[in-house]
Amino acid sequence: MVLNFNQRSPFTFLMCLICTVSLGYGANVNVILEPTATSPSKLPPLSPMEETDPDPVETTQAVFTLDYPRIQIPFEITLWVLLASFAKIGFHVYHKITVWVPESCLLISIGLIVGGIMHSLHEKPPAVLTSNVFFLYMLPPIVLDSGYFMPTRPLFENFGTVLWFAVVGTLWNSIGIGISLFAICQIEAFGVQDITLQENLLFASIISAVEPVAVLTVFEDISIHEQLYIVVFGECLFNDAVTVVLYNLFNHVAALEVVEAGEVFLDIGRFFVVGLGGMIFGVLFGFVAAFTTRFTGKVREIEPLIIFLYSYLAYLIAELLAISSIMAIVICALTMKYYVEENVSQRSCTTIRHVIKMFGSVSETLIFFFLGVVTITTEHQWNWGYILFTLLFALLWRGLGILVLTQIINPFRTIPFNFKDQFCLAYGGLRGAVSFALAFTLPDSIGCKKLFITGTIVIIIFTVFIQGITLRPLLKLINVRKTNRNQETINSEIHKRLMEHTVAGIEDLCGQWSHYYWKDKFMKFNNRIIRKILIRDNRPESSIVALYKKLELQNAMEILDQMPGDISAAPSLISLHKERKNASKSRKKLLSSDVTNMHELLSKNMYKIRQRTVSYTNKHSLPNDITAREILMRRHTSLRRSLRAGSFHGTNASKMSHNYFSLPMGRSLNTGFPPGRLVHTGDGDTESEIDYPSIRRPRRVSSKAAMPLRPLNTLKEVASSVDTVDEQNEEQRGYRRSHLGSNVSRSGHLTSHLHHGSSRNYSEGDHDFEEQQSRLSPHAWVQEPQDNSDVQHPLMRRPHWLPQTPHDK
Amino acid sequence: MGASQSGPVHLFQDLTHKTGFSIEQIKTLHTRFLYLTRDEDTLRREHLANVSDLALNPIRRQIIEAFFDKRNMGEKEKGCLQEIGFEEFVTVLSFFRPPKPHTADEEMKNIKKEKLRFLFNMYDTDNDGIITLDEYRCVVEELLSSYEIIGAENAKAITDAAMLEVANVTVGQMAPDDFYEGITFEQFEQILKDVEIETKMNIHFWNLDTMTVQCGK
Repeated sequence: MVLNFNQRSPFTFLMCLICTVSLGYGANVNVILEPTATSPSKLPPLSPMEETDPDPVETTQAVFTLDYPRIQIPFEITLWVLLASFAKIGFHVYHKITVWVPESCLLISIGLIVGGIMHSLHEKPPAVLTSNVFFLYMLPPIVLDSGYFMPTRPLFENFGTVLWFAVVGTLWNSIGIGISLFAICQIEAFGVQDITLQENLLFASIISAVEPVAVLTVFEDISIHEQLYIVVFGECLFNDAVTVVLYNLFNHVAALEVVEAGEVFLDIGRFFVVGLGGMIFGVLFGFVAAFTTRFTGKVREIEPLIIFLYSYLAYLIAELLAISSIMAIVICALTMKYYVEENVSQRSCTTIRHVIKMFGSVSETLIFFFLGVVTITTEHQWNWGYILFTLLFALLWRGLGILVLTQIINPFRTIPFNFKDQFCLAYGGLRGAVSFALAFTLPDSIGCKKLFITGTIVIIIFTVFIQGITLRPLLKLINVRKTNRNQETINSEIHKRLMEHTVAGIEDLCGQWSHYYWKDKFMKFNNRIIRKILIRDNRPESSIVALYKKLELQNAMEILDQMPGDISAAPSLISLHKERKNASKSRKKLLSSDVTNMHELLSKNMYKIRQRTVSYTNKHSLPNDITAREILMRRHTSLRRSLRAGSFHGTNASKMSHNYFSLPMGRSLNTGFPPGRLVHTGDGDTESEIDYPSIRRPRRVSSKAAMPLRPLNTLKEVASSVDTVDEQNEEQRGYRRSHLGSNVSRSGHLTSHLHHGSSRNYSEGDHDFEEQQSRLSPHAWVQEPQDNSDVQHPLMRRPHWLPQTPHDK
Repeated sequence: MGASQSGPVHLFQDLTHKTGFSIEQIKTLHTRFLYLTRDEDTLRREHLANVSDLALNPIRRQIIEAFFDKRNMGEKEKGCLQEIGFEEFVTVLSFFRPPKPHTADEEMKNIKKEKLRFLFNMYDTDNDGIITLDEYRCVVEELLSSYEIIGAENAKAITDAAMLEVANVTVGQMAPDDFYEGITFEQFEQILKDVEIETKMNIHFWNLDTMTVQCGK
């Protein structure tokens, strides 16, 4: 720890320096600014005269002017955000800190340090965090972030539980803590008799909002099981909404002198109106947003904007109507997500995700950061009894609430929560940004605002530091049930779907319904009506097909990501390309420098992209089933497996280098072949070598054409980059084939035959693929699987395949 | 039913031991069974085919077959029955019984294995212990059959990719002349080892009694 602090300290120091300098500067100017700001009110008639007078003088005389007040506010905001971002970067320089200490802890610590510096300089923290700023600018990104990235499917599978914990749990906490604190207030020794029940309830509602980020990071890292994960996630999301509603409600009640029973019932009714109203607005805006993106095909550049505008609009309008704006924005994000992502291009989709994540994390970072600063700089009202009891009650009621509420919900759950799960739920109840912001934005009319702020800060710091840091070791200790959530294979998707349909079917048979039943019904409705309205190219898709396409794309993307890195990093690849180019372009002229070579390589790829686009944009139908496709798939999946197998860079790099090693070997054996291979049309003499790739390529492409995402350029790049890898494989194959000698004539015959009657041959070949496998085994066709297990070049593939298959049959 | 009132009670108690359902669940299931069979003692395929809710299920054929599959009755023999009694009906349903809380890990593994075996049998129609490419395709096509546009070819392509995936994961390196015959049960288990079947493939038989009446319409 000492070491990493050293590593980080330059950063921290620098940040503090920047911060203090800027603030000092800002404050200095503030002092100068103040008279001018107040002058118009004091001397209204004089000020215009004075203002007009100096202006011409300044413009004529000053060469260098400084107009700090003009930029002050945005400038300081930018610096604060920058500072917070630096802090974030700093934590990740040394990776292990964030594993053991949650990021929020670190942010608060940095905030404390900055606060300490500011305090020693007698600076006031910037009065940025007002109620309006928080609710209109800081909260929406945070909520949009969690709403948009909420895993929909598990959420709806556990929807009842999530709502139960979020709504009833929060009510339970608020009322429980509030009433027990009120009881404490009656004890004279603490000297807080003046706090009314309403104020206690208000305070309780503030500190019952739990915060997901730190907990979810830990849960993700130790891959806790899905049900628990989603319950914590959903609870945090919806209880934000409940808390804010309660907060407004109690705020309203606390302002009243006398509370009547009728008023309370009215408020309870309001509670539902607010919540449900938010939901309805969310759904409405979600659909409108999705519908709008249906028409953005021609103006891709503003696509992401639509999403943000509509979510924000939903939030603002809900705020205007005084219904739950958090509900509105969350539901809006949930609703539009799927439809929008299908309508917009791949790039817009990435942009949307990144921007949402970015704003969300910046907002949260800032709040935690301010929390640290404010802890030091603000005036505290410390009351041992009240604050310690608050802490005690917060923990107690949380634990008790989880215990009681799970007992009630368990009979309704197919998989009940056991003790360990309950412990995780109770212990994972960290308080965070929202609580702090709510406390900080309390109206000044509340008598003990300072005490409440202090209490909230104590609770946040206690939970974030102590629970946050001990959560991970504890979870490891008690060994909670785990799930491997990050694995996606076509097989498991198929089996899961089969399982779901079976369960739904059996349920129908025994006359029972559950979420599978509703899911089936909804999917039908969705496919028949909603999608037709909202989606541009409506092709209802099974999740299996979607996953299949996603994996294909992912695979291609990974190769794409790989390519530039390798070109720049691995000299072996460059020389490989050079070599190939030298061979293929021997007729023109040899290019000496590597740079020119790379340009050449790029342009060549570009050229192929053009060719390819034509071939697959007009062919939008799904791929024909072809025998060779299976072979292709085999290689393809094996490639994919190697890609997914973790150390991707390593494998691919080694593959490249193997490639390189293998090349001279092949070349030395037959130097006559390479020239023709890269030329699509080819010369007659090497027909057998050319035809095979030219048949294969469209096929490869046609499998790509099935992708629903219409990535304008990505797809093409993808196709081309895959192609380059393919080419290398082909090349090897070519060498091997010719190298095998005896096969050459036969394979040549076969491929040329295929060239003529290819399509027919494929379709008929498909039906008896298995037969063909055995029948054609001596031919070139079945050499393809050999590609992986290349026996000819021991260096090429074999070595790094073996370690990955330790669990052979 | 009224004539042999004592018979069912014994039968029910036996079934409680055998399947782990509670007496109440068995009783409601029995009511449902009688509803399905129209008060006959045995259930035949056409009874199930007439269930209207099931008509929309893409894999209803497999589901119905599963009820008449002898492998699911806990017997070693293979083959299909023409009609089943209540006991068999409950036995098949017991595959979907959620595991009791506080089940030991070992027990949990067995439960998962049983559930997986049930799924595996749905694929493996010819009882040879291997899911061949054809069998796999057949199921996937039916799974996708509710999406008209996808078409058989795509289903095939997906199955092929899936099959290759299995081959890659389970067999690993294949010799040039090797032919991958199909998925064995062990391989099936291996593919699904990360999927929590035991927590998902469950039916919560708790509000059956009210629904039997309503769904009967």
